[in-house]
Amino acid sequence: MRYESPKTTKEAAGLLAKAKGNAFVLAGGTDLLVRLKSEVIDPDLIVDIKRIPAMQGVTKTAAGFRIGAATSCAELGENAALKKAWPGVVEAATIIGSDQVQGRCTVVGNLCNASPAADSVPAMVAAGAKAVIVGPKGRRTVGVEKVVAGPGKTTLKKGEVIEAILLGKGGAKTGDAYLRFIPRTEMDIAVVSAGICLTLGPRGIIKEAKVALGAVGPTVEIVSAATKVLVGSTLDEATLEQLAVVCSAACRPIDDKRGTIEFRTEVAGVLARRAAKIAYQRAGGK
Amino acid sequence: MAFDTQYTNQEFKVVGKRVLRPDGIDKVTGRARYGADMNAPGQLVGRILRSPHAHAKIRAIDTSKAEKLKGVKAVVTAADLPDLTRGDMGMYDTLENCMARGRALYDGHAVAAVAAIDADIARKALKLIKVDYEILPHVTDVDEAMKPGAPIVQPRIRTVGVNPAPTKPSNISQVSEFGHGDLDAGFAEADVIVEKSYKTEQTHQGYIEPHACLASVGPDGQAELWVTTQGPYMQRNTCAALLGLEVAKLRVTASEIGGGFGGKTHVWMEPVALALSRKANRPVKLVLTREEVFRGTGPTCSTSMDIKIGARRDGTITAAQAVLRYQDGAFPNIWGMLGAMTAWACYDLKNVKATAYDVLVNRPKVAAYRAPSAPMAAFGVESTMDLVAAEIGMDPVELRIKNAAKEGTRASYGPTYGPIGIGPTLEAAKNHPHMKAPLGANQGRGMACGFWFNFGGQTCVDLNIGQDGTVNLAVGTVDVGGARASLSMIAAEELGIPYEKVKCIVADTASLGHNDTTEGSRGTFSSGMATVFAARDAVRVLRERAAKTWDIPVDRVEWRDGKAHAFGDEHGNLAPLSLEELAAKAARTGGPIAGHNEIVADGAGVSFATHICDIEVDPETGKSRILRYTVIQDAGKAIHPDYVEGQFQGAAAQGIGWALNEEYIYGADGRLQNPGFLDYRIAVCSDLPMLDTQILEIPNPNHPYGIRGVGETSIVPPLAAIANAMSNAAGVRMTHTPMSPPRVLKAIREAHGA
Ligand SMILES: Cc1cc2nc3c(=O)[nH]c(=O)nc-3n(C[C@H](O)[C@H](O)[C@H](O)COP(=O)(O)OP(=O)(O)OC[C@H]3O[C@@H](n4cnc5c(N)ncnc54)[C@H](O)[C@@H]3O)c2cc1C
Repeated sequence: MRYESPKTTKEAAGLLAKAKGNAFVLAGGTDLLVRLKSEVIDPDLIVDIKRIPAMQGVTKTAAGFRIGAATSCAELGENAALKKAWPGVVEAATIIGSDQVQGRCTVVGNLCNASPAADSVPAMVAAGAKAVIVGPKGRRTVGVEKVVAGPGKTTLKKGEVIEAILLGKGGAKTGDAYLRFIPRTEMDIAVVSAGICLTLGPRGIIKEAKVALGAVGPTVEIVSAATKVLVGSTLDEATLEQLAVVCSAACRPIDDKRGTIEFRTEVAGVLARRAAKIAYQRAGGK
Repeated sequence: MAFDTQYTNQEFKVVGKRVLRPDGIDKVTGRARYGADMNAPGQLVGRILRSPHAHAKIRAIDTSKAEKLKGVKAVVTAADLPDLTRGDMGMYDTLENCMARGRALYDGHAVAAVAAIDADIARKALKLIKVDYEILPHVTDVDEAMKPGAPIVQPRIRTVGVNPAPTKPSNISQVSEFGHGDLDAGFAEADVIVEKSYKTEQTHQGYIEPHACLASVGPDGQAELWVTTQGPYMQRNTCAALLGLEVAKLRVTASEIGGGFGGKTHVWMEPVALALSRKANRPVKLVLTREEVFRGTGPTCSTSMDIKIGARRDGTITAAQAVLRYQDGAFPNIWGMLGAMTAWACYDLKNVKATAYDVLVNRPKVAAYRAPSAPMAAFGVESTMDLVAAEIGMDPVELRIKNAAKEGTRASYGPTYGPIGIGPTLEAAKNHPHMKAPLGANQGRGMACGFWFNFGGQTCVDLNIGQDGTVNLAVGTVDVGGARASLSMIAAEELGIPYEKVKCIVADTASLGHNDTTEGSRGTFSSGMATVFAARDAVRVLRERAAKTWDIPVDRVEWRDGKAHAFGDEHGNLAPLSLEELAAKAARTGGPIAGHNEIVADGAGVSFATHICDIEVDPETGKSRILRYTVIQDAGKAIHPDYVEGQFQGAAAQGIGWALNEEYIYGADGRLQNPGFLDYRIAVCSDLPMLDTQILEIPNPNHPYGIRGVGETSIVPPLAAIANAMSNAAGVRMTHTPMSPPRVLKAIREAHGA
């Protein structure tokens, strides 16, 4: 097994492109190293991206925020501006595992691990986050929902690596929220989850809405019916009820050791309802 | 030397204080040496290959490729562990559990093992071993295993305890029955009869330290084993028998232990490590992964049971019946029997019966888990008690107080009780402020009781006084819960010296006589008793040395406050001789000063607990949160109250995890789906409120200090206490543990609609 820690994104992409056998990007390693230790994977090459300056830290840009791929989730939690603009995304990133895990793990690793239950992904999708991908053929930017193909699978091509996540500015009229269901209080994987982002127009009327559910299908489920239900409303009780119904209807979960179809379907609606209330308040709604 | 074990109500100076623990600094700084922390020159890495099948015939094992891999020093299979058990079926089962013999009986059953120069080579070697399996039908559910036509796990088994003796094999290895009186007459007298069935899923002790050992066998038949275990003598005796070693030539040293809770009272991979070392002629270190711990070592039983209680309107229970089905994994055991013995132990019942079926399934061999078998039976019994209380409109605490066993009660499992704590713990619960605290919406309160026997057994202690008057206490019961502190306190108490002057160690098997395993909460009870006597033995010697120094008769010397005092008209003016002074002069008065004791510690006092639990249930998700939890338990005498409280809290925490989320999940293929702490959900710290404790002290009449075991009883009530609280919070009666959110939400939907 070869270990490399390049200094530039291009170098990293080059190493991955040329690699023979199993090559893996190493960010925080909280998924990768666990799989390595439990002998699920047998890598020939590991490319550690934590020494690449272009992948470090959160920066403010003209369009909003840029989160370097090697930035730990704990750092997101320490960034006041990001937290103010995208509290839902930051919450999702900082409920992963525990303090120790958050000190290492990244949202890009969370995305690329491609677990249907990944916490930060529904929140990023709802917030309209984009991924900057660097590969042998250059650079492209796609919505994060385009990165995941299915459980454990991404759409990244050989030699491609994500350099950063981009988020908009947010704003006083925009609010996001993320809730997950776990049987315990921490150190758990979402049984079902909901990320919601709302933008309000005048008089508290919802102008834009995006709802993304986690762990109810092979990839994050963007519920377009929920957008229809929410937009134009002031999030009254009837809307909330309807939101729960359409979210439950959008679920395509499985029965597994973490939960039943029945449970996931019902609780998806409950979480969507509760997350919508939080997002609405954050967007200045009353 | 005979000693009086009777309780004497002695006044204590050291016992009962909260002194500093002697293992604290080592444990928090990482200096403590656990099972995996010992190394030997030239050691190899051992690894085990395990069956992926729940039930299979092993047609052949080809190890030739693995043996040829560079760096592999030994490969062993059952052929390297020949059967030396001479018809001892229990020992044969242990042998077969360590290494499959022609058949794999559960997913995770060891089939071969390798020793190599490093972990990488060992891992590769495992992949080169080819096992030819013929997959057989399997059964993992206890009720399924009892049905006619179920796949037979152990063809040799004929059910014991039924008349006439069966001739056909069965998965029911044993039927046992306890109780007295006339059930029919009792139920006929009842105004109400409540009957309910329950199920509990299988749980693991979840000790944080995986099994680990370092084994070394020389060509001359001398062997050493460093191992994390609750029973170094059990390890020695079992491993020596299985490997054909002489007991005295196998020296076993118990490492510091990172939790056992009963799971380390058996041998698992240690005989395999010794076999590898013998074959390779090098020391072998074998450390299990978490996955192996879940798949290949012993959890507790899953169960299924029917409980029936008849009562009069005034609360008198007229008849009580339990039918219990416990699965023991792939090897016969008595776990169901223990369930039947404990089921009704809290109550004074005229007509009572408990019938237990011990059942074999294709799951790992079941091991002890803290008050083994009692929590499940108590889940059924204590849940049904609440149903009875509701039916007759009586307060659940009052119903229990009315029927509580007391001194003189004939227990449902046979003996007649001496002074016991069930009544006092119930009265304490009734009067506890927790019982009156206000509750909010979706919140409910529940309570339940629990019982555990506690064990005594063979014990041996050495107490040696150093030249500066400090004291070494060598015990053979592994310190799983703070015994070194408590035993040092007892030695200090008897010798009349400060606690800090005593250093207690757990000796290796070559340095001390046999000690039974630390199980059944026996450590402080039995080694405490032996320590009292060993210290008194040393005091006798000290008095003799003082008498010799003074040249007066020994019966004119008494021991008080750490000093020899001469008394009487002739000698009263002699200045006392301290322990230090006597120790310093030992060479000139007869040599080293020591005390010893070897006993079978009888009369372990039974122990009872009552728990109170407040819970909140989210009616939309079924998620519950424990808001407040109080443990009230009889300790006999709390030698070190911090440790006693810690045991109460630890036991309750494990019970809460069991009640809410822990379970072995098997797929239709008979494979364990959650062999890791991610999906086997023990309670984490933030899941629990501070667990309040109240220690009651009802002295055990059969121990000089009144000690009862305290380590286990409090894992018994939580399952039912939580079920009862949930019923009050959410209006649903949960009859299946774990009471996980999907199960609770389903029950809420069924009870109240969407
Ligand atoms: C104890 C524990 C608890 C956990 N709890 C949670 C939880 O509550 N919620 C949750 O969602 N997850 C949880 N996880 C999983 C894990 O922590 C998260 O998925 C985490 O975000 C992964 O980030 P990482 O940086 O550590 O990824 P890594 O392990 O470094 O990488 C994960 C995958 O992504 C790929 N990858 C990483 N970076 C890039 C990149 N820049 N470009 C292309 N591919 C890349 C890697 O090759 C690998 O396949 C937990 C894990 C542990 C060990």
